[in-house]
Amino acid sequence: MLLDVRDLQVEFRTRDGVAKAVNGVTYSVEPGETLAVLGESGSGKSVTAQAIMGILDMPPGRITAGEINFRGRDLLKLREEERRKVRGAEMAMIFQDALSSLNPVLSVGAQLGEMFVVHQGMSRKDARAKAVELMDRVRIPAAKERVGQYPHQFSGGMRQRIMIAMALALEPALIIADEPTTALDVTVQAQVMDLLAELQRELNMGLILITHDLGVVADVADKIAVMYAGRIVESAPVHDIYKAPAHPYTRGLLDSIPRLDQKGHELYAIKGLPPNLTAIPPGCAFNPRCPRAQDVCRTDVPPLARVSEDRESACHFWKETLRDA
Amino acid sequence: MPELTEETADLAPVAAGEPILEIRGLVKHFPLTQGILIKRQIGAVKAVDGVDFTLHQGETLGIVGESGCGKSTVAKLLVNLERPTAGEIFYKGEDISRLSGRALRSVRRNIQMVFQDPYTSLNPRMTVGDIIGEPYEIHPEVAPKGSRRRRVQELLDVVGLNPEYINRYPHQFSGGQRQRIGIARGLALRPEVIVADEPVSALDVSVQAQVINLMERLQDEFSLSYLFIAHDLSIVRHISDRVGVMYLGRIVEIGSDIQIYEHPTHPYTQALLSAVPVPDPDAREGRERIILTGDVPSPANPPSGCRFRTRCWKAQEKCAQEEPLLTVPSLFRGSGEPTDHPSACHFAEEKLIVPAEGADGRTTGDHEHGHADRPPPREPGRTNYPPGPQPGLPGAGPDIT
Repeated sequence: MLLDVRDLQVEFRTRDGVAKAVNGVTYSVEPGETLAVLGESGSGKSVTAQAIMGILDMPPGRITAGEINFRGRDLLKLREEERRKVRGAEMAMIFQDALSSLNPVLSVGAQLGEMFVVHQGMSRKDARAKAVELMDRVRIPAAKERVGQYPHQFSGGMRQRIMIAMALALEPALIIADEPTTALDVTVQAQVMDLLAELQRELNMGLILITHDLGVVADVADKIAVMYAGRIVESAPVHDIYKAPAHPYTRGLLDSIPRLDQKGHELYAIKGLPPNLTAIPPGCAFNPRCPRAQDVCRTDVPPLARVSEDRESACHFWKETLRDA
Repeated sequence: MPELTEETADLAPVAAGEPILEIRGLVKHFPLTQGILIKRQIGAVKAVDGVDFTLHQGETLGIVGESGCGKSTVAKLLVNLERPTAGEIFYKGEDISRLSGRALRSVRRNIQMVFQDPYTSLNPRMTVGDIIGEPYEIHPEVAPKGSRRRRVQELLDVVGLNPEYINRYPHQFSGGQRQRIGIARGLALRPEVIVADEPVSALDVSVQAQVINLMERLQDEFSLSYLFIAHDLSIVRHISDRVGVMYLGRIVEIGSDIQIYEHPTHPYTQALLSAVPVPDPDAREGRERIILTGDVPSPANPPSGCRFRTRCWKAQEKCAQEEPLLTVPSLFRGSGEPTDHPSACHFAEEKLIVPAEGADGRTTGDHEHGHADRPPPREPGRTNYPPGPQPGLPGAGPDIT
């Protein structure tokens, strides 16, 4: 087991009260495996990732419970200096917006090389050579000539490649990619996802892919965790979930996307809005929007029920949902 | 130029399926200048460089393309937020691209816009009532002062918001609700054409479906014509009767949704379609994907001949020298097959990218039988409405002559 997150809870103190962003998330990733974390904005998918990386803003954030076991240690018990050694070298993150994640006043070569200087004490000159190598690896044409250029001189797709190069620099065991292609055009998105998948295979890395795009998930994921209001509502191998979702929210998400190969049906729309995290409804957080909600859903929080050996659903009526799928 | 008066706004309504907007040779160049005191023009960003299409009454024309292809500039030109460098925009047969003053104002009433970002396109200091009612200040003839508040409340109800929210401010609403406000504002003057520029791109998946369904219902209710601009090919297919594909300031292929999605003949359309991830993990293996190399060239310096040739796997000598025109390729002309539609490629040929509907029995079946047990979508604070029929448009074929 590469990464094993157990019952993680994160809250934020805000003016309007305590926002419970993550309410007991459990998931795991094996080497070479791709876990897709699917959810809408505010579902807690990015906050969970930030907690794993150790880049959560604290305060206002606070990890109130849980464990993050990574290669046999609980990261939450490490001191900050030890944590820093893990970050970048053993796990790395790719952010959505490459332009704002790269430093605009440093050349890309300096930013890529910094990884080697800081973590491996390499000389600046050697680090620069390494940077060129990395840029080649993510297929940036004329890497040698471009290593001294600044982020604004690259296109969006190229910048995202540089982000990937930076994450891969020290060949980490785990990559967390937070909406890595959301800001890109589809033809470029396809290039970037292909590259990421290839490098993952080559280095046998675990990958956590955070996204709201059900198409990208279907293309690359091995397993999926669907989040809603800070909880995992369904987790399953990718084929199972698309064939027959076991949670009404997953079902709603799948039905509400228009498809390239279909036309004409009115789209199913999940009614209402995601809940305010400072006032999550009692019982199942999804109950006000759920077509299946009964009295029990308004009072009892549904536990994660075992649907099959590698599949769970947090719905009182998962059997019925699965049957009707 | 003859003075156009209020009459323009009251031109006889065109019948369903008749052209309502015709765009001919539309060009928009943004000058690039050098020097501070003495500005010299050193070039131009050719954002839109010769675009023709026709929007018919009651139909939805989708425009797809990647960032920088000029689709948003087309939208701005249509609502006169930008003036074209060349070309004409005919609204019910009259060229509106050179109008000004009162004549322009009266035409603008009929062509309204819905913007992409509901966070920045609503003034945070104005109440929802003021935002939706503001068009009446400019066009007081549409609603006399006394009736405006009531009209705004009706509009709120129409877009599925509680009419009691009239005194609230934009920050009190979620993204999807804000987009409803933007749509209500677009509808205030009872326009005939709505230009929607990426209206759902900023919304979450579950809310996106609500807004799309709303737009389809409103189209039936008010017999609107939509120009729907988006980069998401799946959404465009869902809502559009016809689709135009743009690349670097030009339309490269245009046709009905079946022609474009199931029988594309332009390599760029084929690449674009093949790059869209399909939400079906079983399709992973069987799909052939065309991965384009490189990025879109700069619109300030587009390639000679065919603009797509620098990324095209079919490109030959001819493509660099001769610019392909947007016409039906001779190979398909008059065949009556779905490939018989305009495509600007010297080497146009059909390539099956998206499996035709029903070809994959399992997924289609899921969709058709899936909703029997669930109530139809219901908007908050609104009674249920029956799902409207799709606007059928006989005779709305490709329009390039």
